[in-house]
Amino acid sequence: MTTGSLRVQRISLRRRAVNGLVTYAALAASIIIIVPLLAIFGYLLMKGIGSINWAFLTQTPKPVGEPGGGMGNAIVGSAIILGLSSLVGIPLGIGAGIYLAEFGRNKFGNLVRFTSDVLNGVPSIVVGIAVYGLVVITQKHFSAFAGGVALGIMMIPTIARSTEEMLLMVPRTIREAAWGLGVPQWRTTLSITLKTASAGVITGTMLAFARAAGETAPLLFTAFGNQFWNWNLNQPTAALPLQVFVYAISPFDEWHRQAWAGALVLIILIVVAVTAVRIVTSRGMYRGAA
Amino acid sequence: MGVGINVRDLKAWFGVSEALHGINMTMGANCVTAIIGPSGCGKSTYVRCLNRMHETIPGATVKGQVTVGDVDIYEGSAVDVRRRIGMVFQKPNPFPTMSIYDNVAAGLKLNGVRNRAKTDEIVERSLRQSALWDEVKDLLKKKSGASLSGGQQQRLCIARALAVEPEVLLMDEPASALDPISTGKIEELIDELKKDYTIVIVTHNMQQAARVAGFTGFFLMGNLIEFDKTEKIFTNPSDKRTEDYITGRFG
Amino acid sequence: MAAQGSITPNPMPGSSRLSAVSGSQAKPLPARSSFASRFADKWFRGIITLSALSVLAIVILIAWQLVVHSDLSLKQFGLKFFFSSNWDPVAGDFGALPFVFGTLVSSLLALVIAVPLSVAAAVFITEMCPSWLKTPLSFLMELLAAIPSVIYGLWAIFILAPLLRTYVEPFLAKYLGWTGLFSGPAYGIGMLAAGIILAIMIVPIISSITREVMTAVPQQQREAVLALGATRWEMIRTGVLRNARTGIIGGVILGLGRALGETMAVTMVIGNRPEIAKSLFAPGYTMASVIANEFSEATDNLYLSAIIEIGLALFIVTLIVNAIAQALVWASTRGMPARAQA
Repeated sequence: MTTGSLRVQRISLRRRAVNGLVTYAALAASIIIIVPLLAIFGYLLMKGIGSINWAFLTQTPKPVGEPGGGMGNAIVGSAIILGLSSLVGIPLGIGAGIYLAEFGRNKFGNLVRFTSDVLNGVPSIVVGIAVYGLVVITQKHFSAFAGGVALGIMMIPTIARSTEEMLLMVPRTIREAAWGLGVPQWRTTLSITLKTASAGVITGTMLAFARAAGETAPLLFTAFGNQFWNWNLNQPTAALPLQVFVYAISPFDEWHRQAWAGALVLIILIVVAVTAVRIVTSRGMYRGAA
Repeated sequence: MGVGINVRDLKAWFGVSEALHGINMTMGANCVTAIIGPSGCGKSTYVRCLNRMHETIPGATVKGQVTVGDVDIYEGSAVDVRRRIGMVFQKPNPFPTMSIYDNVAAGLKLNGVRNRAKTDEIVERSLRQSALWDEVKDLLKKKSGASLSGGQQQRLCIARALAVEPEVLLMDEPASALDPISTGKIEELIDELKKDYTIVIVTHNMQQAARVAGFTGFFLMGNLIEFDKTEKIFTNPSDKRTEDYITGRFG
Repeated sequence: MAAQGSITPNPMPGSSRLSAVSGSQAKPLPARSSFASRFADKWFRGIITLSALSVLAIVILIAWQLVVHSDLSLKQFGLKFFFSSNWDPVAGDFGALPFVFGTLVSSLLALVIAVPLSVAAAVFITEMCPSWLKTPLSFLMELLAAIPSVIYGLWAIFILAPLLRTYVEPFLAKYLGWTGLFSGPAYGIGMLAAGIILAIMIVPIISSITREVMTAVPQQQREAVLALGATRWEMIRTGVLRNARTGIIGGVILGLGRALGETMAVTMVIGNRPEIAKSLFAPGYTMASVIANEFSEATDNLYLSAIIEIGLALFIVTLIVNAIAQALVWASTRGMPARAQA
């Protein structure tokens, strides 16, 4: 077969060089980003692990200058405050999420969606101010309850959006099958749609919970903190991130040591939550329907 | 003088699954060769091996020899080869953020053509070649590539491919997403273009193959069953399977 | 609760469906259960709608509280509150300019550092990364996003700041001191530390949105560029980044929004001095930090009101910034990631 020539030209050196350089630059950027992550975890382990012991987990802080003591009250306080925040945030969040998914394809739904994103972007300290005004001033004292409300408010947008997303992933045909069988709307949504999406909804909730667990700013003037055990929801209560903050900015080495330990406890809880979320979501959505 | 394409023992895989089982084919210079066959027979994969696009899919591999003109395209860099072998895709894919002008000039810009006068000239020539010039000549910089109709978008993509002056033009079902009138325009275009280019066109429309192509290859399940002059394939095929396909017994 | 006869699909289940049964004489289900389920449906819908309304109510409540409690300060100082740099609680004169300055400078510095790194890393993960590396890398990014602000702050005080003080700041002063940005005593603590820790904190957001919008670009666009004879970087630049432009900018602005409101980590390393200085080594103060530090110390109503007015300003600014960002990201991915399978 007679044939002409395919005039292949080598692309310019400049283009090849740029291509190679960009690849390395992108790789370098990825590494640079990971370095602080590793550094933070590394130092947390290094500086904190030695100080975590039974005393640390169960005792209250000792007066300044005395060694020892712990963050037991802060850990329990956090649990109390988070429990309260869940009572506020989870029902409202899931409810809003259900609304957006099942009824929200309209102007009002768009407004709610937009507002939810707005609420998500509000700095947490501003939420703290608002709750101070609404709850603390009204009650005339700081309280775990106020802290719970503040954190609960922060959980709502995250839970609402992720619930919406998970519910929308359930194919419409499943709902139609239920309706076709005569199951009423409310039952369909709760027992069928929500149940199918349950794995995803739970993980979204866990994620919001883990984020709330680490929040300090909204607690500064709501829960306020407490050096002692407190079981009264209407009194100032200690919280783990709050305690870490106070200790970290203090001038006492003993408190710095304990701050690292408290931070390590906090990060372990959060990492466990995030990893669990990853595992569950990577296994797929439909375990409930299986 | 145009370039021919010589394919020897071409095999292609998607991971471990073999999609092409050793294709041997010679496509003539300045000819239009049609590739037909039922869905999933490997025709798209085959054509994508001709400009080394198949290997861009993660896990995809190719073995064998493809000689375009005097060059074994699998030796050396894929990037160098792709400029000389143009491709038009099934669904028109103009760049939505660029104007019509910039779309056509995209390949030129990449290859370092900076001279405005030269670029203007090539853009006009390419748009004339793809029979789009008259419709867009006043809108070159004002309208985006994606604002045209489907048929116009595809002709824009053809102009874009022609602007870098390839020797070969590969077309993967170029008209299947278009209406009959646009399809007709594209087929007329192919007839004109074959004077200057070697064209390989994948099509599931047998009438189209009969209208535009001098030669036709029939693929089935990753094998080339029959390759001959178009009129022979459609009036007196040698292989029974070819006959079954064109008479509509399957596919 | 199976109905009898043939069922026509009806978007209002539980109501008139039974009457739409065609053909044979179907025995209607007991009226009571049909009534009960309609009643329950109405209640259900009501409760759900209330939950949705609560989101609106909360935002309105927040805004209302901020306005009401900053009233004193608004009346006293008016708009020049934001242009005066005199923050004097003792004399009762309050000017918020140092905080505005600090917020802007620390956030901009964070963007300058974070944006190139985030976009480059996103490009790497989406287009260049071998598939076995993708999952661990994106998981690590997720972890970065999950670290609480106070822990970033803790690390910044005890590890980052000494590092800056001992190595980085002397280096910068020596080679770039002529710019005026790197002069004065190197404490480690200061604007530079705040900017760096903020940068680390906003990288995950910018990177994940960039990844999302890049992945949304259809494969055909990439192929079109490759077929013209482009190198991989040229393909990414013309076929992906260019198409994802709007969304990436949205992601950057979202990162900015986060940086503007970030409180704890910044408070712990910025030095908390209400001064405006040219050098990045100098201590500063941000709007969020002053609220965190001085809210509980505010001895009189005017003081508290001034602090809350800063909170109000922060609220409005982050609202606008986030709204713009969301609009850009939405336009780029054509609606939120939620997929409805119609």
